[in-house]
Amino acid sequence: MHTTTEFVIAGFGGQGVMLTGQVLAYAALEAGKHVTWIPSYGPEMRGGTANCTVVISTEPIGAPLVRNPAVVIALNQPSFDKYEPLVRAGGILAVNASLTTRAPSRTDIRTIAPHATEMAERAGSPKVAGIVLLGAAVAATGVLELGDIELALDKHLPEKHRALLPINIAALWAGAELVAEGVERRA
Amino acid sequence: MSIELIKGNTAIAEAALRAGLDAYFGYPITPQTELLEHLAKRMPELGRVFLQAESEIGAIHMVYGAACAGARTMTSSSSPGVSLMAEGLSYIAASDVPMVLVDVMRGGPGLGNIAPAQQDYFQMVKGAGHGGYRPIVLAPATVQEAIDLTYAAFDLAEHYRTIVVILTDGTLAQMMEPAELPPMRERGSPVSKAWALSGAQGRERRIFTSVHMSPEEGEAYVAKMGEKWDVITANERRCVAEQTTDAEWLLVGFGTAGRVAQSAMRAARAAGLKVGMWRPISLAPYPTPELKALAPQLRGCLVVEMNAGQMIEDVRLAFDGKVPVSFFGRTGGVVPVPEEVLEAVERMVNSTREAVC
Repeated sequence: MHTTTEFVIAGFGGQGVMLTGQVLAYAALEAGKHVTWIPSYGPEMRGGTANCTVVISTEPIGAPLVRNPAVVIALNQPSFDKYEPLVRAGGILAVNASLTTRAPSRTDIRTIAPHATEMAERAGSPKVAGIVLLGAAVAATGVLELGDIELALDKHLPEKHRALLPINIAALWAGAELVAEGVERRA
Repeated sequence: MSIELIKGNTAIAEAALRAGLDAYFGYPITPQTELLEHLAKRMPELGRVFLQAESEIGAIHMVYGAACAGARTMTSSSSPGVSLMAEGLSYIAASDVPMVLVDVMRGGPGLGNIAPAQQDYFQMVKGAGHGGYRPIVLAPATVQEAIDLTYAAFDLAEHYRTIVVILTDGTLAQMMEPAELPPMRERGSPVSKAWALSGAQGRERRIFTSVHMSPEEGEAYVAKMGEKWDVITANERRCVAEQTTDAEWLLVGFGTAGRVAQSAMRAARAAGLKVGMWRPISLAPYPTPELKALAPQLRGCLVVEMNAGQMIEDVRLAFDGKVPVSFFGRTGGVVPVPEEVLEAVERMVNSTREAVC
């Protein structure tokens, strides 16, 4: 039986939305999975929000876009508002509580809502909040090993961000540990 | 060779370069600009020609000149830019010189928008420019297929001395997928030396023209063009079929819409419906005999397109009234999702059942 998992990563331009998605896509490639990465490249990008969709599968991928993704990583309030209703029932929503103001409302999905920006700062840079949430989402799905993501970061982090590699890896594991600790029961 | 994660635009550009591209002429337009950008960097590195023209009209006529001189040459653009190239395309076709055009379709008509669409099927498949010429039109659905078809396109163009169009859209162009690039070939065309304008000293001069002053001469040329198209139609049809062996219902789509149809087909199978899918890769020549052969087993066919219904006309011609054909399309740059295509499949199946009762 084949399994296909769709991820949407959404946030403001500059939050590393596209790069976080590419790290996930490279990790899937490292793991020998089929994968597609597709950005939003339309006018909405210029309005300040950006998103990309990553599909990971054990079979050749058909549609690169879906109505109801299995996993959403929402890095800001507009993305949280837009995508919370769209997560497939039984799916996963990882949202940055540092930048959102309301509590999650869905009860038929698993919501992980840590203060990812503060966690990223503790890891070494607020820029890696997306990687904290990626770590949490990937650990929650089990679709890839965290080692695949580490490998992808090591091989594909752009040269200019190279110094941030240990910080990214620390952020990844901090996110993954949340899942074990059950942070979804947000205070 | 190794599998890499490559963006569609970059993959097409690199495949063209590795196929021995001598000269690229173009003008930037979203969503194909990364293609031009990649060649702007790579072509000069390899001592080849990259030229950003003053407009699409300039670019296509530079391609015309380079093609007459026997160069492996191409351009790329997106819908409104391709419309500007229409006159040049017709002249190139009428001169029987080879070229490759990559059209990354976007929402239209008019200036439209930069989002993915398939609204130029009519335009490209039926000829783009005036005069009734037929280009070969190939529609990839994956980054790997875009690479393979681009790599093959130059040989096809030279073999038949024709225009080959790679027809795709912003989805595939902007998407990254794992793919393998082909080996680097020797630059330039071995085929075109026999006819190219290369300096007439010591031999009879060669003339390329699209002017046929007398109607009789014009008619003879059109007949010759028709014979060439008959050979292309016999030899160059490409399509893929999936789960059609026991299929009672058929999903048909090309390029990105074909991928969406594939996902919808899998969902329909999971729901117990005997649905297959068929995807033409060559839109011209259309794989009519291959589609027609499926007719006896089918109760219905759903055509999925990112336009208001264009390729459906060729599907209906192939089935010749023997299979009920319905349509699902999104337009204006909206990409369909498998969920809504599955709903359309269910509507098709239910309406046929009601009709039988």
